[in-house]
Amino acid sequence: MSYIGRRFLHMVLVLWAIATILFLMFRLMPGDPSTAYIDPTFTGEQRQLVLQQFGLDRPLYEQYFIFLKNLAHGEFGLSFRYRQPVLGLMLSVLPNTLLLTLTALFIAYALGGLFGALLAWKRGSLLETASIPIVLTTRAMPDFWLGMLVLAVFAFGLGWFPSGGANVAGARYASEWDRILSFDYLRHLALPVLTLVAYLQGLPALLMRSNMLEVMREEFVTMARMKGLPERTIMLRHAARNALLPLLTAFAISFGQLIGGNVVVETVFSWPGLGRMLVDAVANSDYPLAQGAFLVIAFVLVFMNFVADLFYGLLDPRVAHGSG
Amino acid sequence: MGAADRITAPLALPIARQAPHKRKLSMLVAQLRDPYALIGVLIYLAFLLVAIFANSLAPYSPTDILFTPDGQLAAALPPSLEHLLGTTALGRDVFSQLVMGARPSLFVGVTAAIAVATVGTVVGLLAGYFGGVVDRMLMRLADIVLGLPFLPFVIVLVALLGPSLMHIVFAVALLLWPNAARVIRSQVLTLSQRQFVEAARVTGASDWRILFVHVAPNILPLSFLYGTIAVGWAILTQASVSFLGFGDSDVISWGTMLQDAYASQALDRGQYSWFVPPGVCIVLVVLAGFFISRGYEELLFPKLRDS
Repeated sequence: MSYIGRRFLHMVLVLWAIATILFLMFRLMPGDPSTAYIDPTFTGEQRQLVLQQFGLDRPLYEQYFIFLKNLAHGEFGLSFRYRQPVLGLMLSVLPNTLLLTLTALFIAYALGGLFGALLAWKRGSLLETASIPIVLTTRAMPDFWLGMLVLAVFAFGLGWFPSGGANVAGARYASEWDRILSFDYLRHLALPVLTLVAYLQGLPALLMRSNMLEVMREEFVTMARMKGLPERTIMLRHAARNALLPLLTAFAISFGQLIGGNVVVETVFSWPGLGRMLVDAVANSDYPLAQGAFLVIAFVLVFMNFVADLFYGLLDPRVAHGSG
Repeated sequence: MGAADRITAPLALPIARQAPHKRKLSMLVAQLRDPYALIGVLIYLAFLLVAIFANSLAPYSPTDILFTPDGQLAAALPPSLEHLLGTTALGRDVFSQLVMGARPSLFVGVTAAIAVATVGTVVGLLAGYFGGVVDRMLMRLADIVLGLPFLPFVIVLVALLGPSLMHIVFAVALLLWPNAARVIRSQVLTLSQRQFVEAARVTGASDWRILFVHVAPNILPLSFLYGTIAVGWAILTQASVSFLGFGDSDVISWGTMLQDAYASQALDRGQYSWFVPPGVCIVLVVLAGFFISRGYEELLFPKLRDS
């Protein structure tokens, strides 16, 4: 079987295992299994609908197959709090999470990558000696605390930016695109993005630095030196380009991890995204919504790991053709 | 080896491909010559002392609601000689909370490190040494665990099991062992081919004896490395979980302090003396773990050292 085929099969296997773990976790909770789907305050009609949809009156193994079948159809049940299908609720906040995550990641990887290349170029200099502990410090910070500092200074102290949410309360927009492209949305996006960028840039910076140091020892760089090319050309055209590739893999993995890792930053800035929805759902024992949000976050993570594996095989053909 | 390991190491960890050489426990000490590692150990020691003597260091009980001499609630006071870091919105002494908060953080960090290192080492040893079905099953399990989103899983698990520090440690250990296990497994694979293992086999040593007497001591530094990485992750996780409100509200930790400050509008009032110190403490402890593991990485993967 091809490398891609094997990795794909692997991804499906992992997703199935995670869905199973989640199913068991929520079923092994103390109390009636139906507590995972039926709230005491549901009307008789809603109750009957959900009972039937998830086969909650059937034995556990039958419930499990129904659960998997529903999952394949994107059927996550009815939210306790909102009395709406979980899927629709998640889809309505997904753009916010994706925009926040992608904007922050792009900026962080662009800045971090450049900075890492600079560190490798100036290795042994005062800049490098001083920067490494600072970069490590940004990686050691709890991201929600960083967000609190940013809030205290830029939102409450200086008053430059709003302190939470994605739009001014009560604002109406003709379409989702109008909302996302509005200046107001950008102003709300600024602080969470700033927080995430400060938190995330460390990894690409350190990765880029070590990649560069490795590449700079390769023969083609020595060759370029022997040809008498200027140092700047060697660094940018030869070393940096080759050191950049492994960053792609890290970007894909980070994206997958961040969709779930965002929970705290989204909570600090009251950003209406998937992570905050998960936290709210868990806090309010809204089990269907919590399960749904968890599964979507896990799906993105596993899928991005799959993408990273593909990059990995693309960049290092030994992986794709070997046993890996 | 897939690309999908959780990115946990402070520096990009290359997978051990170098020819392994016999490593002794004395290397645990030798690494102190690295200035980073030394600073890390000193920070650990300082916080350990604070945690041990927290009772004598804290001027007030961290949960006591305090009043000013004229009978007013001592709420949200700025720093003063009586209250070094001021008071919380409910009139509790911030400095006392900060000092007492060292205990749960260190407890979570150390227990999680021991759990991660132990599970990762045992799984890595078994998978690497026995190979075959054992290896395949354990590594599949590792793959599945690596597909679980970290913080969301901890939150859901802690919410279902109930808020307690042990449950957070359990969740962190459950999620972090695969990183250690994978690296240790590949190290065991190469070690098993070495002559001293062959020699032990020829003399008739049993599998278990070879595994624990001959192989295990050589991968201990790796176990230690992943242990130190787990310290920081566990402390950060505990703080995040507490901040989100899923922590044990009876335990005062740096995470619950930050949650309290956030929920009590300390940011709005600009009461920096309340919410800056707990964060700085978390950063210091996590950073110490990074510094120590950095010293280790250079020791274990000498290629990293820029010649």
